[in-house]
Amino acid sequence: MTQGTLYLASALILILIGLACALMRRNLLRMVLGFAIMDTGVHLLIATAGFLPGRTAPIIDDPSLLAGAGGRTAAADPSALLVAAERVVDPVPQALVLTAIVIGVGVTALMLAYVVRLFAREGTLDVSAFRRLKW
Amino acid sequence: MIGRAVTVVLLLCVAVLFWYLATVGTQTELGSVSGHYVERGVVENRGSNLVTSVVVNYRGLDTLGEVTVLFLSVAGVAFVLRRRRRGEGDAGGTDRGPGAAAPASELVQTGARLLVGPMILYGVYIFVHGHLTPGGGFQGGAVVASAVLLLLLADRKRELPHGLMSWVESLSGFGFVVVGLLGLAVAGSFLANRGVLPLGTWNRLFSAGLIPVIYVLIGLKVGSELAALLDVMMRGGEQAAAVSHGDAGASTVRHESRVDRESRERGGSR
Amino acid sequence: MIWTDVLVCALMIAGAVVAVVVRSILSAVILVGVVSLMVAYLFLRMGAPDVAMTEASIGAALSTVIFLIALARTRGGA
Repeated sequence: MTQGTLYLASALILILIGLACALMRRNLLRMVLGFAIMDTGVHLLIATAGFLPGRTAPIIDDPSLLAGAGGRTAAADPSALLVAAERVVDPVPQALVLTAIVIGVGVTALMLAYVVRLFAREGTLDVSAFRRLKW
Repeated sequence: MIGRAVTVVLLLCVAVLFWYLATVGTQTELGSVSGHYVERGVVENRGSNLVTSVVVNYRGLDTLGEVTVLFLSVAGVAFVLRRRRRGEGDAGGTDRGPGAAAPASELVQTGARLLVGPMILYGVYIFVHGHLTPGGGFQGGAVVASAVLLLLLADRKRELPHGLMSWVESLSGFGFVVVGLLGLAVAGSFLANRGVLPLGTWNRLFSAGLIPVIYVLIGLKVGSELAALLDVMMRGGEQAAAVSHGDAGASTVRHESRVDRESRERGGSR
Repeated sequence: MIWTDVLVCALMIAGAVVAVVVRSILSAVILVGVVSLMVAYLFLRMGAPDVAMTEASIGAALSTVIFLIALARTRGGA
């Protein structure tokens, strides 16, 4: 099993565990915990989609990659940067996951604010006490 | 609720779908869009961190949307946890207000006094150098919010300056849009990086055009927003009520806290 | 693929399973924070230091603190 397949499999298992927790527990806080685990699994899945084995992080700090006319002050030599394209991991899924993590914590905070309000209203965290929205 | 059997069957179907997904595997070389971002990233933006140039420049509109979503969720939390009427009591459902908990230990108080300064400095360092090293606005903002959380944990009765925090947050968000409009005015497209500020030399602090400016604004906004979120969740919204109602409601808020304190004392003898 | 990757993946999945079935909600919240920290290590191993920093600071630290505040305000889950 390669590294990429290991990460992919563990991300999918994490999503399944989070989904099972959100669907099968009756406590409101445990449902939110299930959503948090599912969020973490989805982030791992997206980041694994950009993983290329044997390559390094997309931060170009080696001045030898930019040797061109005028050195560091001039525009970087485009032919030298084609070498970088073979040595770095895909940066686009990392940008997507960065956005997703921040939004995930915002949504979790909003869910927990609702849980706190519902507890103040009914005095219990069992989801069967909130049946007024059912038809 | 759906029955247990239906849930288990649903989860098994999802597991089978994931089994097929797992055999697909990951890609073996950079796609065309990512290849363009990697090859042209340093040439066009002159910043070392390619993820930063993707987040702020190439996908800058998504970052504006993300900042908006974070603001909306924090505003939603402050709205949900507000106090309603005098008689409804504490919106949080606890008997004791935040000041009635035991005071923090000596270790936390002394440690907070020593550590808050370096923590805020570290957060500011992270988001100022976002275009050179791993990091950026969101990470630096989270570190600054953790420093404010340490302040709150050391002294539960501390009043955070909510006026200053909301001004910092609003001005940073407004500054982000103004920077985008500057790009529109100078270079022809929203949030463009050419022409407004000089691109400078590579790997220096003052380089990469507008990218460090945008990341400083994002760092300040996310830091003050997450700090306000933690404060609202700990206090149950009476601070938010005081800020939003201004002077007219301030006396009401003070009277409410006195009523709550009396009911707390009466209930504490149970 | 070195042995620490397999160990961290196994710890992560074991932590998630125990967080679902354990009886005390406080333990479940702490275990979700531990799962986030393991995921941050995996992000570092696949060449994403920005994402690892974000997950460690926002996912493992701030999200756990928000859960603990909500737990305290619901009296430990009646």
